Amino acid sequence: MSASSLRLFYLVASACFILTLQALSSPKHARRGNLLGSIGMLIAVVGTLLYKEIISFQWIVPGLVIGSLIGASMAIWMPMTKMPERIALSHSFGGLAAALVGVSEYHHRGAGIDRVTMAALALEVFLGFLTFTGSLMAFGKLQGVVTGRPVTYKGQNAANGILFFSALVLLVLVVADPSRTPLFYLMGGLGLTVGVLFVLPIGGADMPVVISLLNSYAGLAAAATGFALGNYVLIIAGALDGTSGFLLSLKMSKAMNRSFANVLFGAFGSSGEPAVATTGAAAGAAYNLATVEDAVGVLDAAQSVIVVPGYGMAVSQAQHAVRELGALLETKGAMVKYAVHPVAGRMPGHMNVLLAEANVPYDQLFDIEAINDEFARTDAVLVVGANDVVNPAAKDNPGSPIFGMPVFNVDQARAVIVLKRSVNTGFAGIENELFSRPNTMMVLGDAKQTLREMTAGLKG
Amino acid sequence: MSNELIFGFYVFVLAGFLGYQVISKVPPLLHTPLMSGTNAISGISLVGSLVAAGAQYGRLSTILGFIAVICATINTVGGFMITDRMLRMFRKRPTDRP
Repeated sequence: MSASSLRLFYLVASACFILTLQALSSPKHARRGNLLGSIGMLIAVVGTLLYKEIISFQWIVPGLVIGSLIGASMAIWMPMTKMPERIALSHSFGGLAAALVGVSEYHHRGAGIDRVTMAALALEVFLGFLTFTGSLMAFGKLQGVVTGRPVTYKGQNAANGILFFSALVLLVLVVADPSRTPLFYLMGGLGLTVGVLFVLPIGGADMPVVISLLNSYAGLAAAATGFALGNYVLIIAGALDGTSGFLLSLKMSKAMNRSFANVLFGAFGSSGEPAVATTGAAAGAAYNLATVEDAVGVLDAAQSVIVVPGYGMAVSQAQHAVRELGALLETKGAMVKYAVHPVAGRMPGHMNVLLAEANVPYDQLFDIEAINDEFARTDAVLVVGANDVVNPAAKDNPGSPIFGMPVFNVDQARAVIVLKRSVNTGFAGIENELFSRPNTMMVLGDAKQTLREMTAGLKG
Repeated sequence: MSNELIFGFYVFVLAGFLGYQVISKVPPLLHTPLMSGTNAISGISLVGSLVAAGAQYGRLSTILGFIAVICATINTVGGFMITDRMLRMFRKRPTDRP
């Protein structure tokens, strides 16, 4: 096939991709859109395989087979609670693919490369490698292989800044004279290093922003590949992916009331300064510990219940137990709703996916704007492994590190039941005054176990 | 600057605007499928990897292309499949258990 007919294939694929994203505006059509996207991808791949420059399938076929097997098994068997890990891994694959194509292209075209192509290649390789190691670090932090706490040291931002600046200088030098091969590879190496160092100081609670940002970088690396190869479908898909990641990270930062810069360079809850800024009264106050029986009594009498899930629900894999309790309460005549905070969990939409997996209908899931006025009229709120998103300090303690972050008004409800593993502070290490309020009862223990006991108690 | 490059920028900027419009309409409910979906789509870099692996530019290019093909295929195949698996779970009331 000639290059121009291949471009027609790519045009069809691009249109399919845009329709895929458009279909995601509602869960009703989203599945069909996704199917259309995969058809578009198939068209693009088949078109490419027929392209005249491809003369040997000796490496292509095994590559496609191995990739499909790994991709499919991950898609089929990976539990939904591991979605953030999967997303982080896929960003690292995307980054690596882009970077390797860039290196391969540079290697075979040699020093005769024109400057424009060289600029695109250099960006592609730098961003690709940065995304690769950055996402691997994010994966390690989510998995617990690397500590989830922010790792900080003196002069960290300055050191990272110098590294990043050096990479930029190398990039300019390579573009000025593409025959500077060692500098090209040094720049790639810096990309790998910057990726690691840039994710190191970021804590687990900030993961939604970082994952979105890495999503955006992976997209930009793909777009740069498109510029280097003169391939428009790559430019379009990369631009779509880049915008999507960027938009998501903006939304996530907004939901934490923090700027981008603060998330990336602020090292939330770092050890250097006291992150715990409690009022004198709350600091010494005891938690209102309660038993499962107490909680059952409250829920039994409640006409309206709102469930607030957090990362703890994912850790304990308690989504099915939550749904069981919710369904039981409904059959007893209570109105049950689920309040999902944009940054609950470790990636955008994390809680929604888990609850959907447990068969909670999506019209029972509510955003913060939609539900926040309802807490005042609610009999009981059940907080399952959430902490910062229900911390009243965000509303009324200007000294708190999370002050200004939009949080659920759970403290306005008649009764609040908090399921928590232990009395330790949350991920960000911030004291939560909600836990010592008179209308709050804390039930300690594994959330799944506690929920099951509560369900059994309600039945009995 | 070559025409090809200018044209590339046109495509990039317009696709970015279009993406912004379309993606701002995606509800928070579907943010995770959005992520895995766009990830599958950007696996289109597979077409670049295929050329690198199959055009016989030289041993190094071929091997790098081969690894890139694996990575990109994991993302496209896995991405579309897991997005579908997720989207299948989003149901309205009344729910029927599978």
